[in-house]
Amino acid sequence: MDDDGPVIPDFGEGSSCVTDNRTFCWDWAREHWGDTLQPAVLQHLWLTAIAIAIGFVLAFGLALLAHRVRRVEHPIGVGAALLYTIPSLALFQLLVPLTGITTTTVEIALVAYTLVILYPNIVAGLDGAPPEVVEAARGMGLTRRQVLTRVELPLAVPAIVGGLRIAVVSTIAIATIAAFLLPKGLGYPIFYAIKLPEPFKTEIYAAGALAIGLALLCDGGLVLLRRALVPWARKGGA
Amino acid sequence: MIVGDTFRPGIFVDALAFIADNPAFLAGKALEQLVLAGAALGLALLVALPFGIVLGHLHRGSGIAIGASIFARALPSLAAIAFLLPVLGIGFLNNAIALAILAAGPLLTNAFEGVEGVDRDAVDAARGMGMSAGQILRRVELPLAVPLLMTGIRVAAVTVVATAPIAAIAGGGGLGDVIVNQASYRLKGVLGASLCVMALSAAVFLCLVALQNALTPKGLVRTRVVGDLPPGKELQ
Repeated sequence: MDDDGPVIPDFGEGSSCVTDNRTFCWDWAREHWGDTLQPAVLQHLWLTAIAIAIGFVLAFGLALLAHRVRRVEHPIGVGAALLYTIPSLALFQLLVPLTGITTTTVEIALVAYTLVILYPNIVAGLDGAPPEVVEAARGMGLTRRQVLTRVELPLAVPAIVGGLRIAVVSTIAIATIAAFLLPKGLGYPIFYAIKLPEPFKTEIYAAGALAIGLALLCDGGLVLLRRALVPWARKGGA
Repeated sequence: MIVGDTFRPGIFVDALAFIADNPAFLAGKALEQLVLAGAALGLALLVALPFGIVLGHLHRGSGIAIGASIFARALPSLAAIAFLLPVLGIGFLNNAIALAILAAGPLLTNAFEGVEGVDRDAVDAARGMGMSAGQILRRVELPLAVPLLMTGIRVAAVTVVATAPIAAIAGGGGLGDVIVNQASYRLKGVLGASLCVMALSAAVFLCLVALQNALTPKGLVRTRVVGDLPPGKELQ
């Protein structure tokens, strides 16, 4: 930083609304949708999608393992719960010496959090099939694999989608913390606007509202997905 | 922003040395963070817990409870802190209120679900024994709701303690001050403070798990406490 002289808040050129830093300036939001807000939304979605995809595959594998080998179920659960207590800001920083200031660092942390949410839900879903149903399936001559794919997995769908909803919404929220590390995602406009000598309200509110809106939108989408996948479970198990 | 010192796993040794060299400084910062977190949790407890309990007792407002849990999760902590900044200014009050809002979601939802979910037969039996509504709440509903009430308090407490470092960006103080100020403390300081933040959250989590186990009525001990994202439910 080689700032000499007085620090003058610089919100760029703009209307009187922008220079006065009023509560919300639609003209700023319209003008900077293309160069600030829209790229941030896309980066945010991308960060989230990668984390959810990798986290889901890992959690699913671990859950299948725990479903087979009951002894590992509780230890993995406790480990996951403790992992979730690690503050995101600290986790991002602690990964920096290993993976640098990169998207990889952010993704490792995000994947860890999704894992913690998805794993217990998938396990609970798989274990949730009533024993008599599983026994009936076995009695009909289904192999263990068939019991899993034809009985336990379909019955686990509501719990799995329930876990996905929590994971997606949480990841979208946590991904804003990536801004402490990288100029990426919807956290960055907020981060940037706070650090100005006078916090720029429009940018804070616009990016914050977009992050919340994105989360609620994805949540709604997953509710619709569950309805499509398990029309019989309209009520309960939400 | 962060410069240099990356790709050097040996830096963790330096980070531990930083902790060993500055115990009083870090303890002070940790205390600052706990005070902020405590204030936020206290505020949230005062408002959200009674609200959730009353709604649960009346069997009303499940929409509010579910909505609160989804909204609390969708609200990024950074946004919560930033939103109130222009109104309340930089400092303790802004951060305490922002963190309290984040904590209110799990508190409200779990309090509601805990009291609302009490076995109707138990409540009917208590009413048949001549208990008043207040007695039913105090002697039947609240004891049976303890596991979920404590889950809510634990989730809220860990959320608040873990989020408090982010408040440093808005003058929240605490260990976050060190984490966001790499220019002064170097990466070893940032990492040392991060390790402390981690230990602090884990300690709060473990203390509350122990408290939860101690407070749960004997008849309910089957309730598992650790690793308990409830199956298919969005309580946390």
